[in-house]
Amino acid sequence: MSQTPISDIYLEPERYELHSDGSPYCSKIARRQFFKVLGGGIVVLFAATSALAQRRQGGRGNRRAGGDTPAELGAWLHVGEEGTVTVYTGKAEVGQNIRTSLTQVVAEELPTPLDSIRLVMGDTDLTPYDRGTFGSRTTPTMAPQLRKAAAAARQLLITLAAEQWNVEGDSIVVADGKVSHRKTDQSLDFGQLTKGQKLMKTIGEDVLTTPAERWQIAGRSVPKVDAREMVTGRHHYSSDIQRDGMLHGKVLRPSAFSSSLISLNIQKAETMKGVTVVREDDFIGLVAPNEHLADRAIEAIEAQWNHPSQPSHEELFDYLKQHPVETRGWGGRSNHRQGSVEEGLKAADIMLEGSYTLAYIAHAPLEPRAAVAEWEAGKLTVWTGTQRPFGVRGQLAEAFGINEDRVRVIMPDTGSGYGGKHTGEAAVEAARLAKAVGKPVKLVWTREEEFTWAYFRPAGLIEIQSSVKADGRLATWEYHNYNSGGSAIRTPYLVPHQKVQFHPADSPLRQGSYRALASTANVFARETHMDELANALKMDPLEFRLKNLKDARLKAVLEAAAERLGWEKRKSESHRGIGIAGGVEKGGYMATCAEVQVDPKSSEVKITRLVAAFECGAIINPDGLMNQIEGSIIMGMGGALSEAIEFENGVIKNPRFSDYRVPRFSHIPPIETVLLNRRDLPSAGGGETPIVAIAPSIGNAIFDATGVRHRSLPMRPNEGKT
Amino acid sequence: MQKRMTLHVNDGQYRIESDTARSLLNVLRNELSLTGSKYGCGEGQCGACTVLIDGRPRRSCITPVGAVAEKRIKTIESMEKNGQLHPLQEAFVEREAMQCGYCTAGMIMSGVALLEKNQNPSENEIVRSMNGNICRCGTYPRIVDAIRQAAEMMRGDAK
Repeated sequence: MSQTPISDIYLEPERYELHSDGSPYCSKIARRQFFKVLGGGIVVLFAATSALAQRRQGGRGNRRAGGDTPAELGAWLHVGEEGTVTVYTGKAEVGQNIRTSLTQVVAEELPTPLDSIRLVMGDTDLTPYDRGTFGSRTTPTMAPQLRKAAAAARQLLITLAAEQWNVEGDSIVVADGKVSHRKTDQSLDFGQLTKGQKLMKTIGEDVLTTPAERWQIAGRSVPKVDAREMVTGRHHYSSDIQRDGMLHGKVLRPSAFSSSLISLNIQKAETMKGVTVVREDDFIGLVAPNEHLADRAIEAIEAQWNHPSQPSHEELFDYLKQHPVETRGWGGRSNHRQGSVEEGLKAADIMLEGSYTLAYIAHAPLEPRAAVAEWEAGKLTVWTGTQRPFGVRGQLAEAFGINEDRVRVIMPDTGSGYGGKHTGEAAVEAARLAKAVGKPVKLVWTREEEFTWAYFRPAGLIEIQSSVKADGRLATWEYHNYNSGGSAIRTPYLVPHQKVQFHPADSPLRQGSYRALASTANVFARETHMDELANALKMDPLEFRLKNLKDARLKAVLEAAAERLGWEKRKSESHRGIGIAGGVEKGGYMATCAEVQVDPKSSEVKITRLVAAFECGAIINPDGLMNQIEGSIIMGMGGALSEAIEFENGVIKNPRFSDYRVPRFSHIPPIETVLLNRRDLPSAGGGETPIVAIAPSIGNAIFDATGVRHRSLPMRPNEGKT
Repeated sequence: MQKRMTLHVNDGQYRIESDTARSLLNVLRNELSLTGSKYGCGEGQCGACTVLIDGRPRRSCITPVGAVAEKRIKTIESMEKNGQLHPLQEAFVEREAMQCGYCTAGMIMSGVALLEKNQNPSENEIVRSMNGNICRCGTYPRIVDAIRQAAEMMRGDAK
């Protein structure tokens, strides 16, 4: 088997807006079928009229508009005859808790107990088309659509009641699943009103919703709606799906990337009872009645591979710099200029150069890639954990040369993704095996497969040359990013003369999206360098940042984090260090402060406290948001301190949790979170951005405590000390 | 080696015929349809597969089924009794000590094992006994809180 073609790698969406999906037709439920499928009641369809949607409709929308199906449905909502509200969205739950936050915003507009609202998510036969759950887009785009659909449903219920009671609509109140008219003391629940109805309404952007200042149900911490399923083990992830007659699959992996097969002996495996070996070109896999037997059979296959010599992690950063590629993927080469760096340098007082590197790291979602595939009468159904169920549907249709309407992808809430589950490898493999043997097949990647054959957060090299004036103002900023990516590459600080470039490189490993994309890299390099500049100026790092900032929202989080830490008070404690860093990404503003302690004897560094301040507009679920912030910080600690993929000649050398060290209980210092709630601003997502500032804040704190500057991630500050 | 054996799981008895080298996790999930215990690493490093064997937390992914035929096995499925959650399950819900929930069963089983032998664990004791369980979503501080809260509830000095 050869490595994934380079074209696919570059389509992996660091710049997802350039990624071309398969046909984005909406669900197969045609309008007239809605009530047949959903049952009677009220249906509200949200038709997107955004510029993006219009552009897409103009381009290719009409071919799927067939008859009475609106061309670009974002979501729909059904109030059934039993009074339950069912919401259909193509978004996927990967642990970011949108099942809860979206339920809240629906209940806000259509007041009913949270447990009478059900979300159907990420099922390509039942839900509207969605490009994927990434880029922190659910809260800013899907939540407003659902709020509008719910508000329109409320209005329909009011109209129904007004007609029935022959009263004015504006004297009717909707609360707690009931529609009431106080004056005449009449009240009906949703089900009584929708009984026998087949009302459908298509709405657009122009529906009025409750402003965040007046939220009652949104804006509050409510318990995770499916927590009980999780603590009892009842929730079924893809890897838990069972089908009648199901077999277990395994795929033979090459010994290294870019390998070609020299020799193959499947004889021993084939004679094992119940085992069927499947060979199609360079795909070699097998099925067995259980996983244990499948594992033994795959081990019994003798294969020899040939692979070309490939770079190792030791020489990675030189390699990236020396192997530029011209590609439109990854947002392509980018080049931002402002003023003239050459001119600016003439008036500068202090110049500084810094070079920063970041290793490849793995998402390592605790549930590895898994899929169950079943063919029935030429139609393929696949259950799989992916952030892009519709994208995977396209991948499957292409792999088997069938139309997308012959493929259904169902995405059970998955065991996390962090940007690492945008692709459908396991889905395609399971479907291939299932097709070959004519039975449903489950395929669960091993941890080693997940570490090796998924994709990584890009490694990167970032070079900065900057200058400041003696009064502490930035004068020039020249910034070169090799391979990491373009997210958050532009500095939020005021610099009159700038040159900022992204240089895509020929990545030796397959790389792709990661939580907050390249902003983890760009914020690390920038915020470390800012600290070095402050030090060169003998200025307080916080004061230096604030002096060069105009963005009030970024200032506010920096000040909030520093205040909670007690920045002024803690500046000069011996054997201790403090550090600060901040960044802006995906509409969110993050600042992190770290406090470290140095053991005077062993000089071992210990992180003793982390403080985060985050602002993402109006907060929908404060506790859910805190959970995401804490999780981002902890995940970020891994990339900051210990995580790195080691590789040599096309082989991943540490594809196990025993070798690839992720954060554990004992690594976690006390974490304090300050939420800045801006009810006057639209809500932005909070699952990604809080990761961006943790690494530089720790690095800056270590410098403050020890004078040692860490410019490479992971920092491994205690390597060789114990 | 293929062998007939009886497994004692959650107060039930199951007769199975299996290769004794097959992992307990694999048997629980595929033969007994007890899918609450999860595969996370296959090397006993992440704890997602944790079950109690004679009251001790064990990694079922590296436990050969042949070694546990006569032992008492408890999985996450046994923790809720007559619709009543175990105090630690309740505390997990209340503290929202999860995100994707994939590690949760293993965390709860490890936590229950701790609470059964130590009714008032210190933070250090919690960290030490939970350190073999990975939560990639990073809900560790909430899990520590949940274990403390459950300990209080179980000691009866809550409220």
